[in-house]
Amino acid sequence: MWLAELPPFVPFYAAALLAGLTRGRIRVLILLAAPLLGGLQLLGVESGVELQTRFLGYELIPFRVDKLSLLFGYLFHIGALLAIVFSLHVRDTLQHVAGLCYAGSALGAVFAGDLITLFVFWELLAVSSVFLIWARRSERALAAGFRYLMMQIFSGVLLLAGVLLHLQQGGSLQFSYIGLDGLSGWLIFIAFGIKCAFPLLHNWLTDAYPEATPTATVFLSAMTTKVAVYALARGFPGTELLIYIGVVMTCFPIFYAVIENDLRRVLGYSMINQIGFMVCGIGIGTQLALNGALAHAFNEVIFKGLLLMSMGAVLQVTGRINGSDLGGLYKTMPKTAALCIIGAASISAFPLFSGFVSKAMIMTAVLEEGHDWAWLFLLFASAGVFHHAGIKIPYFAFFSHDRGIAATEPPANMLLAMLLAALLCVLIGSYPRLLYELLPFPVTYQAYDFSHVISQLQLLLFAALAFAWLNLQGLYPPELRAVNLDSDWSYRRLLPLTVQRLLSIGQPLDAAVRRWGAGCARSLINTLSRHHAPQGLLARNWPTGSMVLWVALLLGAYLLAYLFEVSDQ
Amino acid sequence: MDNSSVRRVLVVLYSCCAALLVIDFLYHRHSVHPWDSWWGFYAVYGFVGCVLLVLIAKLLRKLVKRPEDYYGKGN
Repeated sequence: MWLAELPPFVPFYAAALLAGLTRGRIRVLILLAAPLLGGLQLLGVESGVELQTRFLGYELIPFRVDKLSLLFGYLFHIGALLAIVFSLHVRDTLQHVAGLCYAGSALGAVFAGDLITLFVFWELLAVSSVFLIWARRSERALAAGFRYLMMQIFSGVLLLAGVLLHLQQGGSLQFSYIGLDGLSGWLIFIAFGIKCAFPLLHNWLTDAYPEATPTATVFLSAMTTKVAVYALARGFPGTELLIYIGVVMTCFPIFYAVIENDLRRVLGYSMINQIGFMVCGIGIGTQLALNGALAHAFNEVIFKGLLLMSMGAVLQVTGRINGSDLGGLYKTMPKTAALCIIGAASISAFPLFSGFVSKAMIMTAVLEEGHDWAWLFLLFASAGVFHHAGIKIPYFAFFSHDRGIAATEPPANMLLAMLLAALLCVLIGSYPRLLYELLPFPVTYQAYDFSHVISQLQLLLFAALAFAWLNLQGLYPPELRAVNLDSDWSYRRLLPLTVQRLLSIGQPLDAAVRRWGAGCARSLINTLSRHHAPQGLLARNWPTGSMVLWVALLLGAYLLAYLFEVSDQ
Repeated sequence: MDNSSVRRVLVVLYSCCAALLVIDFLYHRHSVHPWDSWWGFYAVYGFVGCVLLVLIAKLLRKLVKRPEDYYGKGN
């Protein structure tokens, strides 16, 4: 059965509903069917399909297919399949349902043809993903989930404000090039930027992803930030500001990654670094640069997924994830270690692995457009990636000091998911044409040039040499149990402290106002009690007596007023 | 890892690095930029870049490191 106009989010939402109602093997079948059948269905859909409806007088396009959205459509089916296979052993309805809803929302967002539909899926993405964090069911995860949700909802609010302003100024609802002209463009840009983890807006990622369950982090890493990359590529290609933002994103997180202890958080920082390359490519905006950015997004979902899966497996089996508590696992988990090293080689862009064939397109485009300094920073970041993600992750988890941790290989489904991801990394790295065919613009770029291979190997192996030398000299910073302050300090510490400080400044004033109010009330009560209390003047008679007195006074006053009026005439 | 296998890994690494430096004499790189036509550009850049990365990260740690329960217990 093939329906050209079936939006790809429908199978995932339907599967989420069914997965909630079933259990055991039937649920496993439903979980697998969503990405597999959905993927097959999508393979039959071609560019140009468009579904239109009218809603509240607006022309909406809930499903629009072009090469850009198709690329991300395929990618999210692959990402969802890997994450689902990796989590098949989990007996947790919440995670399964939330995972399917989340993948469906990501697909809805990349196939949204108008800005209102995009906003709806943007928010659904936020709400469904937070359950993947809360599914860890720990106090930390709960708190991190709330912080995560606030940032995501804030992004959605900015997006909606931008879209409404855009509409009010006579803009079209269609989601195409937006650009940074006017306030509406900026609002939408920042909304995308939050989800894309722009510098200073990035901390939700490194805060929340490592707190999710070992399996859910794989889901999370595949979708949210990539939807944002897609949105930037469609709305803001060629925006020069993105080059500088991208360069900062590639460089600053690697310093944090070197000193971070939680290995999944290291991968979170490394993710910002990789997205930086994509953002830079989108900012350059040439066909080569955009192709490179999108190809890199495609590869990153797979190799970052693989690395997070291997660390998820370590966490699941040993219950530990800090570099300071791990080491020597290559003896008990050799398969996981080997698969992790393939992911590490891919993210480091070793020849024959996937990162090599996509990152170099961005680097070449950066030079072609004359951004020499940006190129130098990206080259530094490339060496740095190998250092913190390529070497540090496998080294501290599987080698380093043998801590004699009792461990076994993870369940078969976890190994299978990692194996699939590793095969894709090597396949794309060795036959880049497979990926290049899917890109929106024709590719003439040749990744495998002798000079390129040698120069990349020199860069990487001398980065490894630096690691070895620093380690032998005892200069390498040890893994320590600690918290490293990052921009989340502003809302986890600075904001509460400021509020407290303001309250303490306001307190004397507040106390004075209260004292004055209390004084007024007290004197009122005293006056009343003087006259009305049992010993008071007005309480000597019964209330009837008091009433007669008042009536007499009133009549007297009336008589006086009458007399004055008569005498005036 | 025991010392002998560490030594073996290091020997392989050193020889690969040496070979890659020697290759730079033997072929003419398609330069993408004036700087990268210099002999050993990528090797030096990779090594120096990573040493600086780690040394600066150590300084950063002095600035940002806080006790594990800085944000409160269970947080």
